[in-house]
Formats: sequence, C-alpha cells, structure tokens
Amino acid sequence: MTQSNPTVQKPVTPLAEFWFYFRQNRGAVIGLAYVAFIVMMALLASLLAPHSPTEQFRDFILAPPAFSDGGSTQFLLGTDGVGRDILSRLMHGARLSLLIGLVIVLVSLVMGICLGLMAGYFGGVIDTAIMRISDILQSLPPLLLAIAIVAVLGPSILNAGLALSLVYLPHYTRLTRASVLAERNRDYVVASRVAGAHAWRLMFITILPNCLAPLIVQATLSFSNAILDMAALGFLGLGAQPPLPEWGTMLATAREYIQSAWWVVTFPGLAILSTVLAFNLMGDGLRDALDPKLKQ
Amino acid sequence: MFQFVMRRVGMVIPTFIGVSLLTFSLIHLIPGDPVTVMGGERGFSAEQRAEVEAMLGLDKPLVQQYGLYVINILRGDLGISFVTKEPVMHEFLTLFPATIELSVFAAIFAILIGLPLGIIAAVKRGSVFDHTVMTASLAGYSMPIFWWGLLLILLMSVQLDITPVAGRIDALYWVDEVTGFMIIDAWLSGEEGAVGSALAHLFLPSIVLGTIPMAVIARMTRSSMLEVLGEDYIRTARAKGLSPTRVVMKHALRNALIPVVTVIGLQVGTLLGGAILTETIFAWPGIGKWLIEAIGRRDYPVVQGGLLMIACIIIVVNLLVDLTYGIINPRVRHSK
Repeated sequence: MTQSNPTVQKPVTPLAEFWFYFRQNRGAVIGLAYVAFIVMMALLASLLAPHSPTEQFRDFILAPPAFSDGGSTQFLLGTDGVGRDILSRLMHGARLSLLIGLVIVLVSLVMGICLGLMAGYFGGVIDTAIMRISDILQSLPPLLLAIAIVAVLGPSILNAGLALSLVYLPHYTRLTRASVLAERNRDYVVASRVAGAHAWRLMFITILPNCLAPLIVQATLSFSNAILDMAALGFLGLGAQPPLPEWGTMLATAREYIQSAWWVVTFPGLAILSTVLAFNLMGDGLRDALDPKLKQ
Repeated sequence: MFQFVMRRVGMVIPTFIGVSLLTFSLIHLIPGDPVTVMGGERGFSAEQRAEVEAMLGLDKPLVQQYGLYVINILRGDLGISFVTKEPVMHEFLTLFPATIELSVFAAIFAILIGLPLGIIAAVKRGSVFDHTVMTASLAGYSMPIFWWGLLLILLMSVQLDITPVAGRIDALYWVDEVTGFMIIDAWLSGEEGAVGSALAHLFLPSIVLGTIPMAVIARMTRSSMLEVLGEDYIRTARAKGLSPTRVVMKHALRNALIPVVTVIGLQVGTLLGGAILTETIFAWPGIGKWLIEAIGRRDYPVVQGGLLMIACIIIVVNLLVDLTYGIINPRVRHSK
C-alpha cells in the first residue's frame, strides 16, 4: 500500500499573508513599483542626473525637450528660463520631496502616537485637553493652517515642513486614541496590568503594536498629502526657496513661461501628480491588506 | 429637536474660543519682536514704534490684550490693515463675494459631474466605465490644483484661445458693484455680453477648484450606492418589476445620498483652502489672494482677521451640515 506523504503545509508568515492580499490589488502594485522607481531615482540622483541641478547653460535657455521640434538629446526634458536642465532638477527634486515628506510623516506620526496614547490611556483632563486642541487644529483646512504658521515663522523649507507636521498631527492623535480606547480593556491588557506592568510599558509595548495597522495606512496616505501640500507651499513662495529644485517651487517660477515654453510648466506638475497618485494607490492597497475593517 | 440643536451649538463654542486664541497668538509667535518684524527693512522710529504698539495693544498685559481682542471681534472689528489703512472687516466683506461666487460654481461643477459619474459607476460595477471613473477620480484626488490650473490655461487659453486667462470680467465692460457677485452685477448693468464674459471668466477657475471635490463626491457616491444597491428592499423593488431607472433613481439614490450630502458639506474646507491656490493662479480678486498678498506684505491684522473669518465660516457650515443631518435622519438626532 502506497501512502503519499501528507504535504507539509508551511506556516504562512505575516509578511507572506500581507503580500498575498496586497498583490490582489493591481493598482496598489503599480503604485508600489512607481514609488520604488522614484525612491531609486532620488537616491541615485547625483549619479543618474545628466547635469547639475543648478548649472545654468546660458546658450540653451528654454531649450525644448528632445522629442519635440528643435530639441536635442543633451537636455531630454528641455531647459528652464535660465538654462538649467529640467530632468536633472526633477531628479534632485524627487530627493527633496521624498525626504521632506518622510520627515513630516515621521515627526507627526511619532508625536501623534505619543499624544494619542496619553489621551486614550489616561483619559480625563489630559484626554479633553489633547482632543480639544486637535479639534481647533482641524477646524482650519490643512493648507490654510500651514500657511498661517509659515506666515509667522517666515517662509523656508524647514518652517513649511514644521507647519505641515503640526497640521497632520491631529489625524494620528485621533487614530491612536480611538485604537487605544478599543484595546485598553481587552483581557491581554488587563492581564499585563495585573502582572504588574507599569503605565509606559502598557502603553508602548502592550497596546501600541495592536494599534499600528490603521496608523501605517494613514502614514502612507498622508505621505501623499505631505508631498502635495509641500509643493503647494513652494508654489505660493512659502516653502522651499529658489534655486532649490523643489517641484512646487519650480512651478512657481515656470508661470511666466506659460505662453512660450510648455515643457517648463508641464513636467514638474507631472512629477508631483504621478508621485502623489502612486502613494495614494499604494495606500489603498495597504488599507485593504492590513485592515479589512477599514475597507469601504 | 431643540435640545439637539442646542447641544450641537454648545459643542461649537469651545472651538470658536480655540480659534480666536490661535489667531490671537499668531502675532505673539512671530520670532523676536513683532513690531520690529512689522517695520521691515526700513524699521520704525521711536514714535512710530510706540504708535504701532499702542494700536495693537501690545503695551498691555497679555490677558487684557486677549480680552480686548475678543470684545473687538464680537463687535465686528478685526483691526486696521497696515497697508491700505482700511478696516479688515470691510476689506473682507468686499472681497468675499468673489470667493463665494467661485466656490459656488466650483461646487456646482463638482456635484453636476461627480454625482452622475458615481451613480453610473456603481450601477455598471466592474465595467470599463467604472474602472475609468475610479482611476480618473483617484487622479483628480491626487491633483496638484495649482498645476492643473496652469495646464488648463496652457491648453484652453494659450493654445485654443477659448477662455480668458485671468480676472473676473473683460475690461471692456464697466460694471457697477452692487452685490459683489459679478454674474448678478453684470446682469444688472444691462450691458450686452457682460454676463457671458463673466461666465467665461468663471469657467476655468471653477473647474480647477471643483476637481478635488468632484473626485471625492464621485468616489463617495459610488461606494454609498453600491452599499444601498445590495440591500433587500432594492431586490424587492426589482422583483416587483419596477424599471431599472426607477429603482436606481428613486429607491436607491435617496438613501445613498445621505452620506454624500455630508461629504459635500465637508468640501467647504477644501474649497476655501483651494481658493487660495486657484485665486493666485487666475488673479481672482477674492479672500485667498488677499490673504497670500497680506502674508507677503507682513500685513498681520489682515492675516489674523482673514484666518479667523475663514475658520468661523467653516465651523458654521460644518455645524449646519450636522444640523441638516439631524433633520434628515432622526437616529442622529436622538443619539448622544
């Protein structure tokens, strides 16, 4: 009698499970691929960029892109009003946008988690105070509040980043607080408390890991907001200052060439749109894979 | 009902106080001495300094300053602009109709396009049309509207020469300001072609400002419709032999609209925030452009007053949306 070996089922790792669900959303995979592409470009900008982002080719002012009439392969996407290579500026701009986006998201995520844990765990006056302040910060549109803060601190890329971190803070605070409230009285938390764990341990080691899924999703989605709002501030002259190759700032200076040189206006915006879109696609996929409850 | 209204109104008061604290503290958060910063590069003489300090009330204790600030707000006094020497409230009221006009047209555009797209996408779930609408609305949601505006100007105004580039009406027409709403004023002026010109000037800015709300409305309508279309009573209506159009438009849409109305109400913030960018691109003389220019000129009373007014409008609109929601849906009214 032949007995086939029962096929041993390998246990599914959490990562494999996540990837299984994530992969089912085609848009999310495309988004992830594009984000990976942009990240590579940002990391290798100094190697890949054909020219320096600030070098002015005075003989090639407003040279059209290679694929249109009169363009040359020396400047694939053309040059701007002072003869700088647009492709190189976009590549270095990716570095700037992603870095600033990352810093903004990390700062507001970490601060939001701390405040949300405190509000949810301690409750009472601390909770009321933190939530009221969040209410006030959320009563203004994000961009408007950021503009107000930058108006006070003065326009610079650092201040704009600081303003946006503050603006996004309430989302994380609320999200963390809501999860903490749901988890606080679960058996495993009570058990840990009975075993003698102190407040900090309960907050950060026992409860927090179980609240992370919605936070990761929110972080991805607000990454795209951060890039978008940063570009908007740059466009209004309140963010990165020229000659920094920030995408929004590039658009602000491109406005005067709208009649004469379409490429100066088109490409930076295309870079913003595609990057933001990729992050949003990825965020949707993450939400479906990590947190089926949030799925609409 | 009365209790519900009072409870909701009561919840708004702390937010009002908070916003007034925020705008009040703006001027005190300026690094260094605010008066020196206001003086700019030329600086102030000693007398000018004292005058500015007295005008802003900076010579008084902080608590008293805040008290005065709130009393003045309640009296409708937002201070005097440094640059134009006009009362901030007066400037705001003069410019606000332009922003309302733009926002209303943007909202009409968003609803008129977004709602049908969402409904059809839900009915034809999984079709090419559905996928196209969903992709387009995600792109619309991710759109840097300041670039979208430039792109539309490039295409419609520069290349095709269909729409005007900036402003509210052609310089050809002399329109007296009666209501502040250009469409109405143009109509009142009785000049031939004035209304058409005003509409043409509104066209691109409305599309630009309405793009993100449109995307949000389309997505929300689709998901809300999908939920309702799965309900038992829809199956019953279909089983009764009602025409598909009647089932969708009458039975499903009514219930699906409730969350959509909320989302439309929440777009007021998006519209007022987006108005800053849109007005800057199209040289639209509304409060967004006014605010940005005030920041550039360090005209702090205008910045403070403008922010306060915008925040108040958003708070009031959100309150109204909440109240309407309570009227439509009794469950909201009676829950705590």
